[in-house]
Amino acid sequence: MAEFPAALRYTVEHEWVDTSSPAVVGVTSVAAEALGDVVYLELPAVGASVEAGTVIGEIESTKSVSELYSPVSGTVVEVNQAAIDDPAVVNADPFGAGWLFKVEVSSEGQLLTAEEYGQHTGH
Amino acid sequence: MDKKTPLHDEHEALGASLTGFGGWLMPLRYTSDLAEHRAVRAAAGLFDLSHMGEIWVRGTGAAAALDHALVGSAAAIAVGRAKYSMICAEDGAVLDDLIVYRTGDAEFLVVANAGNAPLVASELAERSAGFDAVVEDRSDETALIAVQGPQAEDIVAGLVAGDDVATVRSMKYYAASPVTLTLADGGTVTALAARTGYTGEDGFELFVPSSSAVALWRTLLAAGEPLGLVPAGLSARDSLRLEAGMPLYGHELDTTTTPYEAGLGRVVRLDKVGDFVGRAALESRRHSAPSRVLVGLRGLGKRPARAGYPVVAPGSGRPVGTVTSGAPSPTLGYPVAMAYVTPELSAEGTEVGVDVRGRTEPFVVVPLPFYRRPQH
Repeated sequence: MAEFPAALRYTVEHEWVDTSSPAVVGVTSVAAEALGDVVYLELPAVGASVEAGTVIGEIESTKSVSELYSPVSGTVVEVNQAAIDDPAVVNADPFGAGWLFKVEVSSEGQLLTAEEYGQHTGH
Repeated sequence: MDKKTPLHDEHEALGASLTGFGGWLMPLRYTSDLAEHRAVRAAAGLFDLSHMGEIWVRGTGAAAALDHALVGSAAAIAVGRAKYSMICAEDGAVLDDLIVYRTGDAEFLVVANAGNAPLVASELAERSAGFDAVVEDRSDETALIAVQGPQAEDIVAGLVAGDDVATVRSMKYYAASPVTLTLADGGTVTALAARTGYTGEDGFELFVPSSSAVALWRTLLAAGEPLGLVPAGLSARDSLRLEAGMPLYGHELDTTTTPYEAGLGRVVRLDKVGDFVGRAALESRRHSAPSRVLVGLRGLGKRPARAGYPVVAPGSGRPVGTVTSGAPSPTLGYPVAMAYVTPELSAEGTEVGVDVRGRTEPFVVVPLPFYRRPQH
């Protein structure tokens, strides 16, 4: 089944975060598949402070809506305007062009390795 | 444990995501909700609807039995035609919405929603007592495959021969006829072909014995593919019927609703001769002002309303209704919803709010349906 990029770390709510600075945050292929076609993204504003494990936005598909949790605490420095304009990219490339926002990280939340996330999701 | 349709293995082989619905394990989507939705609007979609209930009512008293059991007039349906109807309780509550096909002078097929089929079958049996009519629930032996979309006629007509070609080509909306389809494996199957559907597009629904379901499904997929047909799941079916303003039992209709609130009073034939279950309650309901009315809502923002969200008065935030179905419309590009609201806020053009997870989004009352297919 699905392979999750080993360089990323994950949350049980199906977000991923990389190790760059600022850190890039997105949702996983598992989330994208479960949602169906993403049609609307609500992301935190640039400059907003986010707290790990709290709801910071919404991701909406034709069929359902789910909340976005921040995997890390810090300050949002950029959002993916291309994904807001055309959310289909989240389905097409959730670990790449479908990234959601970038954070200047002050602290991390509870994060899983790719292997742990794979076990968590049963993949 | 959800039941599996005769096409379950086909869905698995096609990589469908499966979901429980009305007691059945059904394909939610094969690839993409949006792609399946758009294929039905632009070309064609193939749906497994084998979860639906097929209940036959036969006998010289079948029409009279159905006239007593349902709110519509079965006796008024011509052989080979169909009618949308409802079965109500004594208090006028909708137990299910149905399509009634008259397949012979003394033979009717009643198609019920999956989750309600056992109840409808037992109510029909009970209500037929005293009439010369036999009720037979054939749901488990019957598969239902729908081909929906502008290419549906060409696809189905391409699989029949002789007189059946003209039968398919000239079949009117809400008509039905047996036709013999040639299968890809060389065999044939006789289906009851009906020009009905739940998508807002032209299309056919094909009732066949469960044993022929797989061969027919594969035949239709192969024949339709060059014309743009794709298999489509319940997710697309739901967004298609919502755009077409069609009610879904459990959302727009339930046992707290009479046909009048749902804007479907036309299906209640108070002018028919004889008593029917629910008549007294529906007669008085018809003449009293409804406390709520089903309306269409168009979202002015981007965030769609979903079933269960409160409708609120603009400004005051006072609750004035509830959303019954809602989604971003793939065809129209803006959020659409159906909702029950108080009558004073039901006029076209009325602005209301919907509480979308704690934040009020602006919506405006619009006529149903949201989408009408282009007429040729």
